[in-house]
Amino acid sequence: MAYVAVKGGEKAIDNAHAWLARERRGDTVHPVLSVAQIEEQLGRSVDRVMAEGSLYDRELAALAIKQAQGDLIEAAFLIRAYRTTLPRFAHSRPVETAAMRIERRVSAVFKDLPGGQVLGPTYDYTHRLLDFSLLDDEAVAPATRSPHPLEPMPRVPDILGQEGLIEPDTSAEQEPGDLTREPLTFPADRDVRLQALARGDEGFILGLGYSTQRGYGGSHPFAGEIRMGEVSVEIEPAELGFSIDIGDLVLTECQMVNQFKGSKTVPPQFTRGYGLIFGFGERKAMSMALVDRAMRAGELGEDVTAPAQNIEFVLYHSDNIEATGFVEHLKLPHYVDFQSELQNVRRMRESAA
Amino acid sequence: MKGYNFAYLDEQTKRMIRRGLLKAVAIPGHQVPFGSREMPLPYGWGTGGIQVTASILGANDVLKVIDQGADDTTNAVSIRRFFARTAGVATTTATAEATVIQTRHRIPEKQLREDQIIVYQVPQPEPLFRLESSRVETKRMHGLSDYGLMHVKLYEDISRFGQISISYDYPVMVNERYLMSPSPIPAFDNPKMDMMPALQLFGAGREKRIYAIPPWTRVKSLDFEDHPFRTINAPHPCGLCGATDSYLDEVVTDNHGGRLFVCSDTDHCAERRAAGHVGTDGFQEAAE
Amino acid sequence: MSNDLSPAFADPIADAQSCFRSVLDAMARPGHRHATSGVSAPAPLCDAAAAVLLTLADHETPLWLDPAAADASVWITFHTGAPAAPPAQAMFAMALSLPDLTHLSVGTDETPETSATVILQVASLTTGQRYVLEGPGLREPKVVAIDGLPPDFAAIWQRNHAQYPLGVDLILCAGNQLTALPRSVSIKDA
Repeated sequence: MAYVAVKGGEKAIDNAHAWLARERRGDTVHPVLSVAQIEEQLGRSVDRVMAEGSLYDRELAALAIKQAQGDLIEAAFLIRAYRTTLPRFAHSRPVETAAMRIERRVSAVFKDLPGGQVLGPTYDYTHRLLDFSLLDDEAVAPATRSPHPLEPMPRVPDILGQEGLIEPDTSAEQEPGDLTREPLTFPADRDVRLQALARGDEGFILGLGYSTQRGYGGSHPFAGEIRMGEVSVEIEPAELGFSIDIGDLVLTECQMVNQFKGSKTVPPQFTRGYGLIFGFGERKAMSMALVDRAMRAGELGEDVTAPAQNIEFVLYHSDNIEATGFVEHLKLPHYVDFQSELQNVRRMRESAA
Repeated sequence: MKGYNFAYLDEQTKRMIRRGLLKAVAIPGHQVPFGSREMPLPYGWGTGGIQVTASILGANDVLKVIDQGADDTTNAVSIRRFFARTAGVATTTATAEATVIQTRHRIPEKQLREDQIIVYQVPQPEPLFRLESSRVETKRMHGLSDYGLMHVKLYEDISRFGQISISYDYPVMVNERYLMSPSPIPAFDNPKMDMMPALQLFGAGREKRIYAIPPWTRVKSLDFEDHPFRTINAPHPCGLCGATDSYLDEVVTDNHGGRLFVCSDTDHCAERRAAGHVGTDGFQEAAE
Repeated sequence: MSNDLSPAFADPIADAQSCFRSVLDAMARPGHRHATSGVSAPAPLCDAAAAVLLTLADHETPLWLDPAAADASVWITFHTGAPAAPPAQAMFAMALSLPDLTHLSVGTDETPETSATVILQVASLTTGQRYVLEGPGLREPKVVAIDGLPPDFAAIWQRNHAQYPLGVDLILCAGNQLTALPRSVSIKDA
């Protein structure tokens, strides 16, 4: 037979893109999905894409979800690739989560506390029964919300801190690192570790956090507090000398209170695990706090034996954009390498025969 | 392209990569960490090579992109389009016409010249990663030039198989100092790296490292005196152009053991056929 | 204040790219000379040195500036944003005469890339003392002439080269010409 080398890569790519666009749109008997609908009605997806895409912009996240047909890792990737090209105008001041405008706040360690427990918009006590009324366009009853402003809500670790029962929060004086600008180096400091976890894949962080509860690096966690709500973002332009409010973010913060530590000279204190992410992402924030605490094993003089305690392992494998790219690159042609393996194996089999 | 800088990367990022490249050239074979950016193509698909190419490319460059030696594999097409779109540079499939060649898994058969630069896409820059998974540890080994682990691996290969079993991504020593991954090129290509007239740059985007080999630099494939380095290739001439000295792809032609061996370097093969060389399975070139 | 300053590159993207390729080629082929263009330097810098600074320095690169070149300080800061640093912390050193290389960072065993790069302005890259260069990038030993280095430069350089893979790298500039001497190259008087 006459062999003609495969050509037409360009054409194949164009055709694939056209097919994809058609499939994304779906059957045109249904109205096109608007970005606003995604933003409003698929809020948890938007939150996850903002968190893993490392960019707080609900509209762009919704657009990415639409473009990616709801594939949230693909959507986070679109956001990341866009984010890289954005100029950095300023760095914000640290946000003050103690002053958060709370929508949800629960503590597992005190029955009641100043500000109380606020359930907020949670799935926690929903019975997981499919709600067939959602098949139709059901009107939603208006949610009742307390007309009274909530009282101030001190953070639980701050309450424990007043008695010295928990280790003080180490506030680093130096500017935090940014692993989107500088490559990771080891030992990686906690600021960079937290950044990696906040951007990391929810499933991976969840699995690692879970593993610590099953004996792989456990640290007896209590959910000291989980809070979700809006915080103000401020920048302090050098030429002004004072800070200005540039907008709000919705954040979820989790502070785990972990096994105490002490010695003959230092009285025992609880230790901290911290989680903070964009949007409403309680599962991720809690997992993050568990893994953060696990990665502090070395610093706290504990044995480093479990995967979640191995900083290098966690940081090199938590990013789903890196992971998906490299796993999926195996579908690219590797026939040159495979051919060399093939010839090698044939040769070795000959010399063995 | 509207809304984006020349060659996609912003100038600040290019400067950072350029500084890294200069250090990489000054320390041949040493992996220089860099602030790899998220590119609009997936990690593992050439983001390191693309960032290096974007940082060196100028309006007068002529770019060739190959994957598996071929200009028309889909990922090569995609990367070539990316630069045609973002940098507006001229592209070519002819090795001789290119000033910059970005490659995945091959070195062209035609000897490269002093006025050319070859940019390799690298999935895993650490030559020791299969033997030691911790980068903290391998960094220490490179610092001390302690490559005992690799020698032990090769020695164990010989005692198990009677020969070194690595057939691609075959480790090399650069300038007698650093153990280096040549990227997953077939061992067949390793000798081309030694004393190459062209500058060789390597980019690993996901692993965030770049490295380099200046022109006319010693690159030695690891071996032992009684087990010298050997290249591996299919024992056939190219079915299309009859070449006996080029690296061959194996094409399955039927379900009864039928095979065709053809040049992996499509430009090399096309050039030979245009010059009248015909292999046993070839035919005079017809129009597309 | 910028009114008093001469401009940077005429075409910032293309001129920086072209200058970078010159430096890259000079670092890859030690001793090979290239011409730069696109900028007229503020005194006392030569055009090539100014072009190299614009190409490589920015707010991420601590810079030590030779006090003898202090008149160019405002221009450099305005156009590059490079923060001033003492020699030991400098990523780049811009010098009008060879600084004491032992005061500069040579990197560490695991991070030799963190060493300093010296941008050294000399009188000429075509006349003067002749040196023989040998090392990666050179097919055979190469003879270069440089005017403006100390008489014992070859010996000073060999002490730097002996630390390989640690050591500083040198970019030499004269007028609009530049060349480079990476730490990997060995230098003898010709």
